[in-house]
Amino acid sequence: MTPPRKRKVRLVVCLTLAVLLASGLIYTSFAASDPALTPSQVLAQSKPGRVYQLTGTVVPGTIVDGRGGALRQFRLADRSGGRVSLVVDYSGTVPSAFEAGRELIVTGSISHGAFVAQANSMITKCPSKYTPAPTSS
Amino acid sequence: MAFAGRIALLVALCLTLYGIGAALYGARTHRRDWVDSARRSVYALAVILTVAMVILEAAFIRNDFSYNTVAQTSSTTTPLLYRMAAVWSSQQGSLLLWVWLLSIWSSLAIFLTRNRMRDVVPYATSVLLGFGAFFTFLLVFYASPFGQTHPAPADGAGLDPLLRNPSMLIHPPMLYSGYTFFTIPFAFAVGALIVRRVDAEWIRVTRRFALASWLFLGIGILLGAHWSYYDLGWGGYWGWDAVENAALMPWLISTAFLHSVMIQEKRGMLKVWNASLVLGASTLAIVGTFLVRSGVLSSIHAFGASTLGLPFVILIGAMVAGSVYLVVTRRDVLRSEHSLDSLLSREAAFLFNNILLVGLCFVIFWGTFFPLISKAATGTTSEVGASWFDRYTVPLALILVLLSGIGPMIPWRRATLANARRNLLTPLAAAGLMAIAAYTIVPIGSSPPTVILFCGAVFVFAGIGQEFWRGVRARRATSHESPPRALVSMVRRNRRRYGGYIVHVGIAIVFIGVAASATFQHEQTVQLRVGQSVRVGAYVMTYAHATGSVDDDPAHTGATLTLGAAVRVTRGGRYVTTLHPEAGFYPSGAGIVPGEAVASLISGQAVSIVSLDSTPRRDLWAAISPPGGGIPEQSLVAKADTVDPASLSAVNQVKLAYYLLAAIEEHYLRYPPTAEFTLLASPLVMWIWLGGLIVLGGGLIAIWPGPHGMRGRVRARYLARVARELGSSPAGATAAGASATTASART
Repeated sequence: MTPPRKRKVRLVVCLTLAVLLASGLIYTSFAASDPALTPSQVLAQSKPGRVYQLTGTVVPGTIVDGRGGALRQFRLADRSGGRVSLVVDYSGTVPSAFEAGRELIVTGSISHGAFVAQANSMITKCPSKYTPAPTSS
Repeated sequence: MAFAGRIALLVALCLTLYGIGAALYGARTHRRDWVDSARRSVYALAVILTVAMVILEAAFIRNDFSYNTVAQTSSTTTPLLYRMAAVWSSQQGSLLLWVWLLSIWSSLAIFLTRNRMRDVVPYATSVLLGFGAFFTFLLVFYASPFGQTHPAPADGAGLDPLLRNPSMLIHPPMLYSGYTFFTIPFAFAVGALIVRRVDAEWIRVTRRFALASWLFLGIGILLGAHWSYYDLGWGGYWGWDAVENAALMPWLISTAFLHSVMIQEKRGMLKVWNASLVLGASTLAIVGTFLVRSGVLSSIHAFGASTLGLPFVILIGAMVAGSVYLVVTRRDVLRSEHSLDSLLSREAAFLFNNILLVGLCFVIFWGTFFPLISKAATGTTSEVGASWFDRYTVPLALILVLLSGIGPMIPWRRATLANARRNLLTPLAAAGLMAIAAYTIVPIGSSPPTVILFCGAVFVFAGIGQEFWRGVRARRATSHESPPRALVSMVRRNRRRYGGYIVHVGIAIVFIGVAASATFQHEQTVQLRVGQSVRVGAYVMTYAHATGSVDDDPAHTGATLTLGAAVRVTRGGRYVTTLHPEAGFYPSGAGIVPGEAVASLISGQAVSIVSLDSTPRRDLWAAISPPGGGIPEQSLVAKADTVDPASLSAVNQVKLAYYLLAAIEEHYLRYPPTAEFTLLASPLVMWIWLGGLIVLGGGLIAIWPGPHGMRGRVRARYLARVARELGSSPAGATAAGASATTASART
């Protein structure tokens, strides 16, 4: 058996180490994260140059293929509805689920009133797998 | 039939409630007949839920659109296999799958333990039935899969084309099996804590179930990764998505559990730790189920806000509170029988591996729930990206791979210098050779983490190869068998040990695939006209010509129109292969709309169908984005729909629409527009899946009942019968059971 004193020292050392590592983790998570906002929040509070994760639904009839398809422009509205929408410029891989009315996430920043997304940052959500039924019985 | 289904669910709910009551009453009063009755109610639950599952499955196969779930997730244009898988694509159906699998696996567990741990089993039964009650309650009151609408719609919306992938058939049942299997060790742990019988017996009884859970969950995760890899825009095989993480967390904890239980079995140590791990892993499994359904976190597996959040929060709260209460009040019996002899021992290696796995799980937990944490702390929702996860998980994974090599070679209790020299020399030399190779022959020197990982993996291979070699040599020395026969009989005699070694090799191979493909992948997203080329890593990819088909898609997913491209791949001027990425277009789901007949054939969802050429050395991966963000050749489609078919019969209208569609496809082939491609060249990806298969093989070897196990069980049955016939007291029966289980514990 190890003497109780030695055990206690060992425990304190281990716990201190764990606490130090955990606080490092917590600090970096706050430092390295990007705020996730909806279009209306971006319009209301965004600062130019700050990177955001924008989540919204593609407004039907606003998808424009620019420059031979290399750049896409579309408007994103809040998931909860509402009339506010934000112009998004996007280039890069377009997920196969991309279409009007689809909910998606892009990462980027605001520039001249439009949301300029980083190339290939678009993530579409897996199609309404568990959305509540529109009609209930 | 829907009525029968609803009745079946109601009966199931009553059965679970009765079973809980009977089991608890039987346990309190030591009445075996009540406990037996509770056990039979588990079997009955499995039967009745199978009936419900068959009714729902039949509705999907018959295209009975009066069922809301069928109308929402299936259609006449959905191929049969995908109609059968569509059952679990809805909230309701997936809950039914969950509880059905739970009832099947619970029955298996209760059946196999019918003559063991008589004091613990009643409580375990009631915990298992408690989960059953929770999920059938949801099915009866919140999300009935048998809800109907009259009159039935003519056709359904169809299974989402993105889910029309062979993985849809096995990935969800695998994951759910993993989740539900883990409720069995959980239930027995709770039972053992309640009756304060916390020796290693409950671990021995449920070990195979924990292993099966681990295996199913792991294979489910890998299948999900493979599916995600095979889809454009799902972020490759791993994207640190909330739902991926939700499956990984319980898997990591159960990995830790499978290792640390060995210490409890062998040395009677770490009892609090093991109890906490098993309680934690199953709570995390429920958290995972909750995440998928509640919409609290945004993820690529979208879930609209659902009404199921609150019941799940209550269940998770109850599990956490109950677990903490049990561990705290039982801490006196959970005390270790021994203490750690040395930091250089297998116990210490296992302990270290446990700390790392739990740490890894904590990192992932923090990152996954960070949106909620930051919302609570700062008021704005923030998310951490993949790079944040990588920063912590990569070093932890590197150390874990190294440990998976060291663990099997280090002896129990205390390692000596001579012993270290004997065991570590060859693996270290092999790893050293790999390091030299990394900077000379194999071109991976530019990425130090990859070099470390490759060396670690080689260390594992050499170490485990050495174990096998020595084992065979020792066996041949005593039995004079031929080497292959010696190998087989050695593994058969010690399935758990050698199965585990094979799993280690498989995991190291998975990591090799992950490290190489994540570090040395080349990706290009380009616009190409026919004849144009682009360089992707060492390969030159050329858009050779356009391809297309009407109502005959090569992947059999029910696409009405597929448009694609033939991409010729060369390397150093030599032909390698031709890839055929395609975009599939699906009907709108509203049937043929007069005046928009052609448009309604293809205006459903457009899905990119990836083309993959896979060899052990490298993967070539190509996807073509559906042109025009929806309908291709939009002007032509509009023109085609001006053809007025009013004078034709309904059948001929459809024929005409397909005829016009074929003309549009022909136009596309003749005048292919500029197309947008995503092209990948990625090394060693195949090894991720091959490694997974090796893990599966090793896991099955470890799970398979050995000859001793069989004998032990037969003996246990015999002894139990003798005890019964002698009409001995409950104490005598337990004693007989205990001696029988010791016999079977030697496996």
